[in-house]
Amino acid sequence: MTAVVTSQSEAAAAAERRRRRVPYLLLLPGGLWLILFYILPMLQLAGTSLKSGSFAEGYRFSWALSNYGAGFTEFSAQFTRSILYAGIATVITFVIAYPLAYFIAFRGGRYKNLLLVLVIMPFLFPFLLRTLAWKIILADDGFVVDALKTVGLVSNNGRLLATGTAVVAGIAYNFLPFMTLPLYVSLEKIDPAMVEAASDLYANPRTAFRKVTFPLSMPGVVAGTLLTLIPAAGDYVNAQLLGTPQQSMIGNVIQSRFLLVLDYPVAAALSFTLMLAILAMIIPYIRFTGTEDLVA
Amino acid sequence: MTAAAPPVRRMRLADGVRRHTITIYAFLALAYLMLPVAIVILFSFNDKAGKFNFVWNGFTLKYWRNAFGVPGLFDTLLTSLRVALISSLVATILGTLIALALIRYRYRGRASTNILIFLPMATPEVVMGSSLLALFLTFRIQTGFSTIVIAHILFIISFVVVTVKARLTGFDRHLEEAAMDLYADEWTTFRKVTLPMIMPGVFAAFLLGFALSFDDFIITNFNSGQVVTFPLYIWGAARVGVPPQVNVFATALFGVAVAMMSLSIWAQKRRR
Repeated sequence: MTAVVTSQSEAAAAAERRRRRVPYLLLLPGGLWLILFYILPMLQLAGTSLKSGSFAEGYRFSWALSNYGAGFTEFSAQFTRSILYAGIATVITFVIAYPLAYFIAFRGGRYKNLLLVLVIMPFLFPFLLRTLAWKIILADDGFVVDALKTVGLVSNNGRLLATGTAVVAGIAYNFLPFMTLPLYVSLEKIDPAMVEAASDLYANPRTAFRKVTFPLSMPGVVAGTLLTLIPAAGDYVNAQLLGTPQQSMIGNVIQSRFLLVLDYPVAAALSFTLMLAILAMIIPYIRFTGTEDLVA
Repeated sequence: MTAAAPPVRRMRLADGVRRHTITIYAFLALAYLMLPVAIVILFSFNDKAGKFNFVWNGFTLKYWRNAFGVPGLFDTLLTSLRVALISSLVATILGTLIALALIRYRYRGRASTNILIFLPMATPEVVMGSSLLALFLTFRIQTGFSTIVIAHILFIISFVVVTVKARLTGFDRHLEEAAMDLYADEWTTFRKVTLPMIMPGVFAAFLLGFALSFDDFIITNFNSGQVVTFPLYIWGAARVGVPPQVNVFATALFGVAVAMMSLSIWAQKRRR
């Protein structure tokens, strides 16, 4: 009798133990991939950034913290430009995306899905070709420059291409869907009854928006801003295709140091600094939202 | 008369204006999104003069007729399709397994899993690409087709997890429990109940991964070695003039993608 009970409970315990192992088995292959090809490379990047030597003689690990100082003083202009361009582009993107997301969420009606498809449709076109198209749109004798010359926003012999304006315009364009989609998701979740309640309590539409709708859309604002700002800060495609070396950003420096100059330690130091700067930005965000909502 | 209109009517008028303002604004924003796409399509028909395809010079079909006339271009397209197919397939499997662990189980280390999934999405591509190159350089791994695939799988996994998880927010655990009550073992329950429920999310994740991989330039640029993908070809050609055939292929692929999307929306509507 007792023997049967023990073996039964033992079997149950074994099944329970097996069940407890299942999530780890599910995580194993993907987790291993992320550790091998995300965590390990980051450590390698940090390691490379502390090497010294030359490409011809080989680079050796030597705690060469000077790479950071050298990288930062030599390329401070590019760092500043990256922050500036990415920041301005994010603001522009927000100004364009918020009303668009608001319109789709509250006025989209039965065309909601169609409108969303239109927002993501440009993604089905090669990113580089879309960026090159801005070269045509902003061309010196194109209609945009002509129109801006007529209203006096661009001087008569002025141009847009090969300026910071073109680079910012390109970045703002390329990351617009990244801003629009999270904004839409958080606006869509808002119960219209909340806004109605505000107007029942004599809030005019503007106050209702300021006190109810906008605060409730904050998660989307934060997510959209990060999703735009982060890739924008590291981008080098727009600066390369729409600007000149005078507009080059930190991404341009990292890619040319790594792939053309072959100065791996300084390139790695710059890249790792960029990562640290991004982490400094997103850690407060993780604190604010908690880890569960990160991957929601 | 109009000046003395009752306040209620004036309110409605203001409301109407606001309503239209946001409509116009939204459509301008959509037009802004579409403008470069329209230009790329238009310039596949441009009878260009000179090396660069930047100035409109008249309509022609010659680049469409001669789509395969640029040596090597179609091969880069095939390379990109192969990379996208392999990496999105592997990443979909790995990512779906992680999503299943996150959805169905409470276990120690959930918070770390969430952070590990989130970090790659929060990493600028230039950092991810260069860190992988640092790894390959340190271990003297020759960059090429396989390193591109390794990198693509890495950055797609997170998007797969997010997509599969998002589709499962309304996932009803009771259906699984009901199957178990009817003496289905765990594997049968998974095959007959869980899998069919998560399949639309998994398929959406695969398509997203495919699109992300196919269009990736920055990470690929660091880890491609001698291999040339479609975006790498465009990057190289940008300096000397992109042949209009590139626009032709992009337009054709866009057409296929739009057709597939319309088909799936139509199929969904019919099922309802």
